Amino acid sequence: MASSDSSLELGPPEPVPTGSALRGRATRRATDTLDAWRSDGAARWLFIWPAVLLILVLSIFPLVASIALSLSKLAFQQGGIDLKLVGFANYQQLLFGLERSHFLGVLKPPNPNGWAIVLATVALTVAAWARAARSDHRRPVGLVLRLVGGILLVGSVWVVVGALASEGGRPGALIVTLIFVFVGILLQYALGLGLAMLLVQQVPWRRFFRIVFLIPLTITPVGVGYMFLMMTDTSKGPLEPIWVSLGLRDFTWVTDPWLARLAVIIGDTWQWTPFVFIVLLAALESLDQEVREAALVDGAGRWQSFRHITMPAILPVTTTIILIRLIEGFKIIDMPNILLGGGPGTATQSMTLQAYVDWNTLNLGRSAAISYLLLILVSVVATVYVSFVRRRVTDLA
Amino acid sequence: MRNPFARRAVTDLPPPAKLAAFVVLVVWAVVVLFPIYWLFVTSFKTPYQVDKGPFYIPFVDFQPTLDAWRYILVELGNDTLRPYVNTVIVGLSSSVIALLMGAAAAYALVRFTYRPRVGMIGLGIGSMAFGFGAAALGAPVVLAAASAVAIFVTLAQAIGRRFTRSMGNSDIAFWLISQRILPPIAVAIPLYVLFQQVGLLDNIVALIITYVATNIPIVIWLMRDYFASLPRELEESAAVDGASIYRIVRSIVLPISVPGLVATFLIVLVFAWNEFLIALVLTSANAQTMPLQVAAQNATRGPQWWAMSVLILIMIAPVVVMAVALERYITKGILVGALKG
Repeated sequence: MASSDSSLELGPPEPVPTGSALRGRATRRATDTLDAWRSDGAARWLFIWPAVLLILVLSIFPLVASIALSLSKLAFQQGGIDLKLVGFANYQQLLFGLERSHFLGVLKPPNPNGWAIVLATVALTVAAWARAARSDHRRPVGLVLRLVGGILLVGSVWVVVGALASEGGRPGALIVTLIFVFVGILLQYALGLGLAMLLVQQVPWRRFFRIVFLIPLTITPVGVGYMFLMMTDTSKGPLEPIWVSLGLRDFTWVTDPWLARLAVIIGDTWQWTPFVFIVLLAALESLDQEVREAALVDGAGRWQSFRHITMPAILPVTTTIILIRLIEGFKIIDMPNILLGGGPGTATQSMTLQAYVDWNTLNLGRSAAISYLLLILVSVVATVYVSFVRRRVTDLA
Repeated sequence: MRNPFARRAVTDLPPPAKLAAFVVLVVWAVVVLFPIYWLFVTSFKTPYQVDKGPFYIPFVDFQPTLDAWRYILVELGNDTLRPYVNTVIVGLSSSVIALLMGAAAAYALVRFTYRPRVGMIGLGIGSMAFGFGAAALGAPVVLAAASAVAIFVTLAQAIGRRFTRSMGNSDIAFWLISQRILPPIAVAIPLYVLFQQVGLLDNIVALIITYVATNIPIVIWLMRDYFASLPRELEESAAVDGASIYRIVRSIVLPISVPGLVATFLIVLVFAWNEFLIALVLTSANAQTMPLQVAAQNATRGPQWWAMSVLILIMIAPVVVMAVALERYITKGILVGALKG
């Protein structure tokens, strides 16, 4: 086993800078011991197998069961329920049939701006693919995958443009979810990073702030939903004076789709900024301050020291936070459900919420189909993100 | 070139910048605390007072009452206490287990290289799918499991030799995190069936197992970055001195990872503490948790704001206490001292 695995490569031999003979001996000695360490095979497996095994057991069955469910229809019969296999009918309904306006949105031909976006995307995709095809280390599988990815990208841009940059288009659950996720992550990361940066400094009441900023994360999402229902109440809520002064007395959020979406994004940001905050705080706190100190002493500005020392050090954890928030954000449900019931109309209905509505009306097949489409979409987004962003900034990938 | 006063230079801001920073922090603290304050005052209101419009200050704006607190803590009594105890047990035990298993896996993914073979993975998944399929078609669980193991063992040699393409650590990590993608709504019913088979419905053990499994990927990803950022010199010199890997992990890696461990623990704790949908499906009476109680306050008469406020407040209290107790560990110094001292 040990022959095929190189468990711990020694880095380039900078750690021992004195004399090449000494370095050689130290490296050899370290390698010997590390060989012994490597042959400590029990730890190798003991550390990872419990986690992998548990997740395998608990994830494979739901994965298989829900794909089977998504291909069938629930029918009530005398004395019980019956699952009837219907093939891809549920998917067909969502993507091309009855539920299309609900799921994808009302798609209309793009306006001039929309056309510009579509054409620019096509041009960039073709250019990127051509560059990959001409590069030296290409593999057929990689090229095919890239081609599929490019077609998917152009297709999704077409859908987004058709719903948002067109006359009479309207976004469906898919696009609404994308808006929630990307705008939400942007706001949460910016706020979380800013607050964490401020709180590694010596400011008054430092501990108080650090604890208070965590509180939103500790409230159950359902509770946060109801809390924001109070906050956005324009007649009985605590912010009533503000709404009245803005001329919004007796206003209901259910009249303007974009304001409704904004309310959902604000609630989501309130709740999830602490997540970004606490992870970045731990990362910033464990930075080697002496490097920054040395840089400052050597005359580097604060911005330079942030740009060249702090940022590279927190970049790996940044990509992890964004990946986790990406995956979790796509499952947003409580805020739009409690705040607005997915309304006005279906303006704030996220994919998970649509799946939940189908679930509640016992349309389990379509609910599972939506979940599976979500799984495919997020897997593609996350794969692209990991291979193009995370691999660039970290050797961990 | 080390300047003894440099530490001040980094973490001490000039006064105007410090004032600006303080103002920003106060503004965000108000944004965070105002809704909590509103919950607090709402919990002392009567339904009538809630309905009449915003009243902000007890005794000035309105006459506070303990009705809602009495209703939740005394009248409901055990119906509040049971889910509360469940939440505490499920939250704490699942996050401690997830932290242990996840941190071990994260460390392994950083320090060891794994080369899982594609063929073996396919075989493993295939035989598990066979086992589940057989069980679903009515075969006894033991027989299904035994035949799955038999298939795996019989074919392992042949397949292992034929398909040697292998994957790496990053693929393992990505597979782990990708298990969180499927929304709970799709996972809930299959989990219900699964736990029904082993007789764990309405049992907190089912919740603990589920939350451990769903939180391990989060732990692995957060701790992996953290472990990777630790300088390797310490571990290498300990290995050179002949320390076993268990000793290295226990005496070096874990102590200097405390900030990351604490932050990760708090995150998975609140995830388990607050999970709603899976708890809704897997429990009915005995094993119910607090999020279900909160949601239950939206009765047919509309949301019972006062009772809901009480429930949310008593739900966040232990987590905040824990954050207060643990916050001091999210701090620097340990690592720097160990390396440079």
